[in-house]
Order: sequence, then structure tokens, then C-alpha cells
Amino acid sequence: MKVLVNRIAQEVAAGSSLQDLLQALDFKAPYAVARNLNFVPRGQYAATPLQEGDQIEVISPITGG
Amino acid sequence: MSKPSPADPLILYGQAFGSRLLLGTSRYPSPRVMQQALRIAQPAMVTASLRRQGAVSAEASKNFWELLKEADIPVLPNTAGCHSPQEVITTSQMAREVFGTDWIKLELIGDDYTLQPDTLQLVQVADTLLKDGFKVLPYCTEDLVLCKRLVDVGCQAVMPWAAPIGTGKGPINPYAMRILRERLEVPMIIDAGLGLPSHACQVMEWGYDAVLLNTAVATATDPVAMADAFAKAVQAGRGAFLGGAMSEQQAAQPSTPVLGTPFWHQT
Repeated sequence: MKVLVNRIAQEVAAGSSLQDLLQALDFKAPYAVARNLNFVPRGQYAATPLQEGDQIEVISPITGG
Repeated sequence: MSKPSPADPLILYGQAFGSRLLLGTSRYPSPRVMQQALRIAQPAMVTASLRRQGAVSAEASKNFWELLKEADIPVLPNTAGCHSPQEVITTSQMAREVFGTDWIKLELIGDDYTLQPDTLQLVQVADTLLKDGFKVLPYCTEDLVLCKRLVDVGCQAVMPWAAPIGTGKGPINPYAMRILRERLEVPMIIDAGLGLPSHACQVMEWGYDAVLLNTAVATATDPVAMADAFAKAVQAGRGAFLGGAMSEQQAAQPSTPVLGTPFWHQT
């Protein structure tokens, strides 16, 4: 199935969790994650199953004003 | 962590800060220059943001993260670029986890050209964040009623702009800003639009409690020198406010005593 990660389409196996996805795409800490505009706490990645068309955001610290 | 000054600390949500200057971390010529600017200005807090990993390289993000930890200054994450209440709430929750802080600089943009905050939705979002345990510092306009409503829902400080972000124009509505200062008792931080140390000094003289700057320092020819100048201007303005300014007079009044003036009435 397809999901969007930071607006880029990614193919993942059915039944994958958010944790599977984050490991497969090799994101580097520190980061935080939202799924379909809702925050997903770090401890819930493994228990968050992905659905077709999910929009995942993975964001990291950057300079700001 | 900056050391609180026992004499005249800035108090935000019960926490004492030893400086009345908050600094942004964007647009410096290099991370090293930013570090030097932070070192010389000793700000109470530094602002930071969150962006998609990939759009920003993981390495750049990691380096910034390390630099923040090394600076050891409380971080104030922002919600810059958010255009809806849901974006603000989710970004705030992500920032809380990443930065490990309940502080949030609430930015909800209502107009992309002026970066004017969405004043009609700001209060409701602030209320939601406060109920979720955040210490909310809302970026707002100088509108008195808006600021009152933000305080009504529990904001223990508000951050009105002096002028649109990045313009460096200084206070463009002095009348409203002075009235606002008179009407509200909560700490108020001037956020955005300052270009010169004299602007910072001016608003501090009016009784504002602190200023938050980024562009004016970061894009100066010598950001380190400018950071130092702003820090001193903020202190000077605060000192002037506490000192109590004289009343302006229409007519000249000699400061030297007239009595005993030599040759008086002789010629």
C-alpha cells in the first residue's frame, strides 16, 4: 500500500506499523511524528498500524525566529 | 540555563529569567556567529522551530540540536508557518516531545504577505494549548481587546508585534502600544518588527517587559556587535522605565540655578 511521508509517496507492506516505516526510511533522531495531522507520541510508533493513504510527517529541529 | 537576576528578574509563568532579551536562531551567517551572538547577549530564551526531515538534512538538524544543547539556554519552540488551529496544536505537541519543554511560542498566521497573526482564532487555540499544559507565549498584534482575551483564557504573558516580522520598522503604532501597556498588567514581550537597539530601548522605556528579536541581529553586518548593542539597549530601556522619566515640558527651564547669576541686572 502507499503512504505519503513528508509529501513523498512510499510503498509499504500491508500490516506495517509506523515504527516499521520510520526504521525502513532511516530517519535520524531527534524527530517527532504526526499521522494525518495528529501527533503520535514516541512510545506509540509500534502500536500505530499504517493505513492506505496515511499522511505521515517527520519533523526535526531547525533554526527559528 | 541563564541565571536569574535577584534584583529585577523577568517572570514568565512563575519562572524567573535573568535577561529581558529573547533571541531567534535563524538567518545568521554561520552557526559559529550565532553562538558568539548568544554568548555576548545572554538571552533569557532562544527560539527554534521544526521542519520536515529531508527538506532539512538530518545532519544540519543534528548540528543545530547539538549547538542548542551546548548553549544551555532555555528553548522556546515556535509554530511558525502554521495556518490552522490543528496545525498549531499538532506542531506544539511535536515540539514538546522533541525539545522536552512545555514552552511554546504560538504563531498562527492569518495573512502570508504581512505574517499578521490570525486574531480571530488565536484565543481559542491558546486556550486549547493552555489546557494541554503548555506555557503559551502568543505572538499577537497590539490590539488591546485581543490581548485582554488572551489573558482571560490564561495566558500569563502576551507578545504583541511592533511591526510585521522581519521589517525592522520599529514600533509603527506607538499610541496603541502605550495604551496596551497601560491597560494590561501581565508581562508583555515585544515580538517582531524591531530593527534598531533604539527601538528596543523605546519599548522598554514604555514599560514592556522584554523583547524578542531575530532578523535585526542575525542580518546585521556584525551580528555579534549588534547582539551586544541590543542587550545593552534593553537594559538601558528597562533602567529608564524603573527610573521614571521626567514629564515633557513645553517651555524651556534652566537647569542651572538662576539665583546669583553673575552680572544679572548689571547691564
